[in-house]
Amino acid sequence: MTVLDLTQSFDASFADKVAKESGQDLSLCYQCGNCTAGCPYTFAYDLPVSKVMRALQWGQKDIVLTCKSIWLCATCKTCTTRCPNGIDVARIMDVLRQMSRRQGYAPEKKIKQFQDSFLDSVKKHGRVFELGTMLRFIARSRRLTDLDLGPKTAMKGKLHFRARDICGREEVEKIFARYQEGLDE
Amino acid sequence: MSKDIIIGYYPGCSLEGTAEEYDRSARACCQTLGIQLETIPDWSCCGASPAHCVDHVLSGALSARNLALASKAGMSAVATPCPNCLVNMRTAGRDLEDPETRKRINRLLDTPCEDSVEAISLLQLLVEKVGIEEITSRVTRPLAGLRVACYYGCIMNRPPELMNFDDPENPMAMDRVLEAAGAVAVPFPHKTECCGAAYGVPRKDLVMELSGRILDAAHELKADALVVACPLCQMNLDLRQGQVSAHKGVEYDVPVFYFTQLLGLALGLPDKDLGLNKLAVSPEKFLSKLEREG
Repeated sequence: MTVLDLTQSFDASFADKVAKESGQDLSLCYQCGNCTAGCPYTFAYDLPVSKVMRALQWGQKDIVLTCKSIWLCATCKTCTTRCPNGIDVARIMDVLRQMSRRQGYAPEKKIKQFQDSFLDSVKKHGRVFELGTMLRFIARSRRLTDLDLGPKTAMKGKLHFRARDICGREEVEKIFARYQEGLDE
Repeated sequence: MSKDIIIGYYPGCSLEGTAEEYDRSARACCQTLGIQLETIPDWSCCGASPAHCVDHVLSGALSARNLALASKAGMSAVATPCPNCLVNMRTAGRDLEDPETRKRINRLLDTPCEDSVEAISLLQLLVEKVGIEEITSRVTRPLAGLRVACYYGCIMNRPPELMNFDDPENPMAMDRVLEAAGAVAVPFPHKTECCGAAYGVPRKDLVMELSGRILDAAHELKADALVVACPLCQMNLDLRQGQVSAHKGVEYDVPVFYFTQLLGLALGLPDKDLGLNKLAVSPEKFLSKLEREG
């Protein structure tokens, strides 16, 4: 049996920061397991959501920020809806993913690459240009995907080959630029 | 004839691309039912899931730009067909109520968002502003006993404190609309189970599993069609149905309609307004059954 000494890795400031950023009281979680029972992604998680909550209460920063689960959570909000203590668990998962990203972790690389490609498109055009997002993702991940869907969508007249920029394109670009500046400060 | 209701409209990016038929049928249904949709001028993307995965303030600012534009255009409320856009707009609206967060969001904007407007789903708009009785009375071509499984997706009603509409575990609004259209809405246990959301591209395996469960359930209940209200759910269940079939070794053949397409059919709207030819899984079987029954 492996004995873990959690006192060594306990980081109280981490738990406090998550509580503050998410606006949630982490101590309310008493491990009933409703979130895990309802989560449609448990089959793919390396750490079930109730264990993420527990590790969080114990200030286990490394375990929490490097797990795949926080990247696989699709924010379906079943956990939040079913928590008997009204904890917005999905908001906490969001905050953890944001912290994990800021600290340079991305155990689910393709998910991060897709999110980046999507937001690049929004930043550039003001609205998502679907084909452009796909091409950026393919370039980033260096893998071809969904080639079977191209002809299907093209035949249905749903594949646009040119982006249609909005008038306020630059305004949207500035939202991203100011956000980035805020991070660098 | 009652006076037209004028309401702001936020289509969302998908409705200009892979979900054009949702946009077209939504506009046509509203027009027929006396709702005048006015598109938010020069609306931008709400950032969908990627934005809130990166930062809540960034996500809030992307939605706040649209809420501010709607307010400036004098709109009292904004309806959106896409549940993901809806959840982002509602979250932004709530976050803007906190003075500190509002300041952080407004720092990212050219024009600060001073007056936000309420966002509701297109489904809620039809059920609450038009009403089931009125819809029933306008049906000219009932979907004569066709069995439909209404699939709401995960976030249309969740969390309930934020979305404040219908039941988070067993929503019924779409069932009632489809019943008004003359269809039989089968009790569908998977109506709020996640389909795999936005992971179609980066983690196809998750979509195959989760959308596969929904297709299985519809198949077992002998539903003639799945009916959806979300462009991403529709894409996962319809456009990717061939991929799911290949993955699971089961040949699915379930047409996946937007609820506005079937409502439009029942209201007697012409095919060109409903974009039925844009669906990946052929709706022919469903339509011929409708003609036979009708």
